[in-house]
Amino acid sequence: MAKKPIEFEVPKLTEYTEVPAVTPDTMAHSSPYVSKVEFQEPLGYPGELVDGWQDKAIGAMGEMLGKYRSLQVFLDSCVKCGACTDKCHYYLGTSDPKNMPVARQDLLRKVYRRYFTFAGKYFPKLVGAVDLDKEVLDDWYSYFHQCSQCRRCSVFCPYGIDTAEISMAAREIMDRIGLGQKYCNEIINKVFKIGNNLGLPENALADTLEGLEEDVEDETGVAVKYPLDKKGADILLVTPSADFFAEPHVDGLIGYGKVFHEAGADWTLSSKASEAANFGMFIGSYENMRRISLRIREAALELGVKRIIFGECGHAWRVAYSFLNTLAGPFDFLDPKYPVPQHILEFTWGEIQKGTLNIDKSRNDDMVLTFHDSCNVARASRMGDEPGGQFTIPRNVIKAVCNNFVDMAPDTIHEKTFCCGGGGGLLTDDLMELRVKGAKPRMDALSTVIEDHGVTHMAAICAICKAQFTKVLPFYGMGMDMIQSVHGLVSNAIILTGQVDDDDEEDAEDAA
Amino acid sequence: MSFLTVTFAALFYVATAIFLIGVVRKIVIFAKTPAPLKIPTTPAPTTKTGVVLRMFREVAFFESLFKSTKWTWLFGWVFHMALFAVLFRHLRYFMDPVPAIVEWVSPLIEYLAFAMIIGLLGLWARRLLVDRVRYISAPSDHLMLLLLLLIGISGASMTFVAHTDIIAVKEFFRGLLTFSWGSMPNLPADPFLIVHLALVALLLIIFPISKLLHAPGVFFSPTRNQVDNPREQRHIAPWAQKLEDRS
Ligand code: SF4
Ligand code: SF4
Repeated sequence: MAKKPIEFEVPKLTEYTEVPAVTPDTMAHSSPYVSKVEFQEPLGYPGELVDGWQDKAIGAMGEMLGKYRSLQVFLDSCVKCGACTDKCHYYLGTSDPKNMPVARQDLLRKVYRRYFTFAGKYFPKLVGAVDLDKEVLDDWYSYFHQCSQCRRCSVFCPYGIDTAEISMAAREIMDRIGLGQKYCNEIINKVFKIGNNLGLPENALADTLEGLEEDVEDETGVAVKYPLDKKGADILLVTPSADFFAEPHVDGLIGYGKVFHEAGADWTLSSKASEAANFGMFIGSYENMRRISLRIREAALELGVKRIIFGECGHAWRVAYSFLNTLAGPFDFLDPKYPVPQHILEFTWGEIQKGTLNIDKSRNDDMVLTFHDSCNVARASRMGDEPGGQFTIPRNVIKAVCNNFVDMAPDTIHEKTFCCGGGGGLLTDDLMELRVKGAKPRMDALSTVIEDHGVTHMAAICAICKAQFTKVLPFYGMGMDMIQSVHGLVSNAIILTGQVDDDDEEDAEDAA
Repeated sequence: MSFLTVTFAALFYVATAIFLIGVVRKIVIFAKTPAPLKIPTTPAPTTKTGVVLRMFREVAFFESLFKSTKWTWLFGWVFHMALFAVLFRHLRYFMDPVPAIVEWVSPLIEYLAFAMIIGLLGLWARRLLVDRVRYISAPSDHLMLLLLLLIGISGASMTFVAHTDIIAVKEFFRGLLTFSWGSMPNLPADPFLIVHLALVALLLIIFPISKLLHAPGVFFSPTRNQVDNPREQRHIAPWAQKLEDRS
C-alpha cells in the first residue's frame, strides 16, 4: 500500500541561506510509515498503539525523566530566548515553525509541563501546557521524525539544550506505546536477525569481498585482501554495510583495504558485526543500542583481535567513540596501546605521517574537493588527541591525497556544519520531501563554492550522508557522482607496492 | 507594627522559604538523575579543568549565545550583568556594617539599573518583533519580562525619583534576617517600595516553578559539563550497570 508520492517544490538555492518567515504547518503532512507488529515486538515494544496509551506515555515519560538528566534539565531550563530558532536546516528549508528546535522541544515540553510541573497543572494556559491527546501525538510522530538529531541547535543554545535528546526520548516514548517508525525498527530487526542493516547474509558478504579482491587485483596487479572472519587477526574493522556495495561507499572500503595492505596490518571484517550503524540511537533506546553494540564485543572476543577500527560513518562513529565503552565495555581484553575504538581516519593519518603510504596526489587532479563535516562526527565525537581533531584529521588526509581542496563557508562547517538532511533515521523514501528541503542549507553552501572556486566534488565520511547526497543532489541540478568517500580519494592516490597501472603498461609498450 | 509591615514580613518569610526549598529540591533532582551516556557537544574539553573553563565562559560571557545571535546576546548579557551588579549593591540594605567594597562600588553601579531596564526592553522587543521568537512565546514569557521590568523600574524610581526611608527598610530586613521582630520599624508605605517588594516576593515564589530554573540548570547540562574522554574512562550509570548484572 504505497503512499502517493507527494508533489513538492524544490527550494531555490541562494548564495547564503536566508532565514525564512514563519509559515505554519507547511510540513504537517510529513510523517514516515508506521512500524508493523513484526518489527515492534522483537525490539521489546507493543505491536500497535495500545489501549490507554495516554497514561502509558505519561508513565514512560516519568520513568525516562528519572533516567536521563539531559531530558530533565533540558525540559526545565529553556528560556525561549529564540537563539536556536534559525539554526535547524529543517526550519531553514521548510519554514515550518515546528521545525524550529525550541518549538520541536515544546511539543514534548508542553505535555511535560501539564503532567509534571506545578505551573502546568494549575495554570496550563499561562505556560502553554496541554493535555496529551491524539492531535498532540500526531504532531509528535510527524515532527520528531523531522529531526535528524544533528545537534546543531545545541551548539548555539546558552544552556546546551540538545533537541536530539528530546527527539530520541519522544521516539522511545512512542515506541513504548506501540507507535514505532517502520524504517528504523525494520532495520534494527535485520541487524538482530542477519547482522547488518542491509540484510546481507554471510555468504553474500563473502562473495562481495571476493569480488572486490578480484577488482582491485585486476586494476592494480596487487592481491589486496579483504578478509572476513579471520581468527587471530590484529584488527577488527567494523564498517557500515553500505560500504559493501553502494556507490560511492565501496570506494571507501577499497581504500581501507589498500591502506591496511600497505601498512602491513593484519585485519579482518566480521560477519557477526558486519554493520557499524546503530539505529538504536535514533530511536532513543538504550537497551536496543546496547544489544546492537554487544555484537561488536562478541565478534572481537571470538576473533581474538587486538584492536577495533570503525569505517566511515557518522552516527556509527558517535555510538562507537562516545558510547561503545559504556554500552559494551570494558575492553580490557584488547591491546591497551590503542584507543578503543579507533576511526579509520586516525589509522590512515597515522600511516601518512609515518610515511608508509606511497601517494601520488596528482591522481586526484581531475577534482576540486570540498568536505562535508558529518553532524555526529563534528558535534558528538572526536578523532585524535586534541579537541577538534574530527575537523583537522579528515582535512589533513584529504589534503595529503589531493592537490585541490577548498572549504565551504565558515558558518556551514566544523561545529556549525549543516546536516545532509537524511540523518537520524530519516533516510527513507517516505520522507523524500523533508530530505530534499532539509538539504537546502548544505546545497546553498556547496553551490557557492562551486561557483566561486570551481569545486567539482564533495567528500564525506558518513554512509548516510553519502546515500542522502547521491539521492538529493539531482533535485538541485547537481550530479549524484559529486559525492566521494574520503577513503575513495585515498584509494585513488595510493600506489601499492608492486602496482602496475594500465597506462603504465601502455607507456612501457610505447617505449618498447 | 502596621498591618503592612506584618503582611510583608510574613510574605518574605514564605517567599524565601518557597524559593529555597523549591530550588534546592530541583537541584537535588538534577544532581540525582544520572546521565547514562557521554553527550558533550564537541569539540569539548578533554580535562576537568577544561570543563570548568568552558562553564565559566558560558555563564560569564554567554559564549554559546554569542555564537548564535548578537542582539539577543547583547541584551541578555547586559541585563544579566547589570542585574548581578544591582543585586550586589543591594547588600548595603542587608548587611551591617556594610562591607567597604560594597560601599565603594555602590555609586559606580547605581546607574546600571538603567542598563538592566534597557536590556529587558531589548529582549522584549525581540520577543515581540521577530516572528520566530513571537511564535515560541507563551503568555508566561511576556509576563516574566513585565515582572522583571516593573521590579527594575520601581527600584530605580526609589534611587532616582522618590527616595524612600531606606534606613527603615534596612532595619526591617535586618529584623527579618535576625528574627528580632521586636525592634523592627514599620515599613514605609511608599508606593514604589510596596510594588518593588511585592514583585520581588512574587519572583522568589515563582522561581522554582518557572524557566528561571535555567540558572541552576546550566550547571547540570550534560552537553556542557561533561569531559570528552569516553575512550579513556568508562562511564556508566547505576541503572545501566544493572542491565549488565542481569545479563
Ligand atoms: S538536532 Fe538538528 S534536526 Fe534536530 S532540531 Fe536540532 S538542528 Fe534541527
Ligand atoms: S536556544 Fe536554548 S534556551 Fe533558547 S529557545 Fe532555544 S532551546 Fe530554548
